Amino acid sequence: MTDQQEWPLWEIFIRGQHGASHRHVGSLHAPDAEMAIKHARDVYTRRKEGVSIWAVPSAQIAASSPSKKGPMYDPAEDKTYRHPTFFDIPKEVGPM
Amino acid sequence: MSDDVFEFLLRLGDNTLVLGHHLSEWCGKGPVLEEDIALANTALDLIGQTQMWLGLAGEVEGKSRTADDLAMLRDAWDFRCCLLVEQPNGDFGQTIMRQYLFDQWHLLALTALAQNPNNQIAAIAAKAAKEVTYHCERSAELIVGLGDGTPESHARMQSALDLLYPYIGELFETDATDSAAHFDPASLRSAYDAGLAATMAEATLTLPDSRFAHKGGRTGARHSEHLGHMLTEMQWLQRAYPGATW
Repeated sequence: MTDQQEWPLWEIFIRGQHGASHRHVGSLHAPDAEMAIKHARDVYTRRKEGVSIWAVPSAQIAASSPSKKGPMYDPAEDKTYRHPTFFDIPKEVGPM
Repeated sequence: MSDDVFEFLLRLGDNTLVLGHHLSEWCGKGPVLEEDIALANTALDLIGQTQMWLGLAGEVEGKSRTADDLAMLRDAWDFRCCLLVEQPNGDFGQTIMRQYLFDQWHLLALTALAQNPNNQIAAIAAKAAKEVTYHCERSAELIVGLGDGTPESHARMQSALDLLYPYIGELFETDATDSAAHFDPASLRSAYDAGLAATMAEATLTLPDSRFAHKGGRTGARHSEHLGHMLTEMQWLQRAYPGATW
């Protein structure tokens, strides 16, 4: 692997036995999508953690930059009208 | 009769024991982390199967030997594994080729054994077949990826195939021991050859012309020199400190 490219990175999502959605569990390297799923099976599901695996090329994920955290999220703080905390929410509704 | 079944169970258990041990030798040395983990997982599957086969062998023998006794306290001439699994790891390509050549046979054998009239054999085979289905898919995919890969990986896979092909013939020799266990390896050959030809064609690898086959492992008549070396390493602790547990 001296003059050759490394395998691309994949993000692995697994749907747990009881969970409804796939959750990000980590990343790994693999030459292609099928192998990424096989590697994910070996690395992340050996203790029966899941019923379904997604492998997404990391390069395909558009992510916000942590350094832009301020401009992205801070302005919301001083706009109290965005936070409907003035209402009594019935317990049955649960978290909103 | 029960002697034959004992021998037969040793064949299955020794195959998975020896191959599993060889794979575990990669632990911490895999070419990439993901493969290192996958090889270790496969090794664990095979060692798990060994516990079942050799455990049953000990029961059948009736001399209260456990799976551990059979694994750790027999010498090379008492082993009944095929010569293929004794072959050393070599490079990663050689390890994967040995794995694929065995997996393909193993899956066919376990599928057949899952219908065995002996319920215990059938149950172990059915359980193991699930794991081996995955092993076989994985190794076949790697064979294709590496065979149809770079010039270097292609060359390495071809030389691994040339080196190991003469060891598969032994897997299809049906003898009295097999018959006593209602197993007919010879009947698996055509399905094996078809699968092998398809995988190798996709991997752009050429099967050797000669069907010459090394034999002697499954009967214990003649093991390769590699087995003794492997057992020395695998068994030394139990031999040096008899009964040691942890």
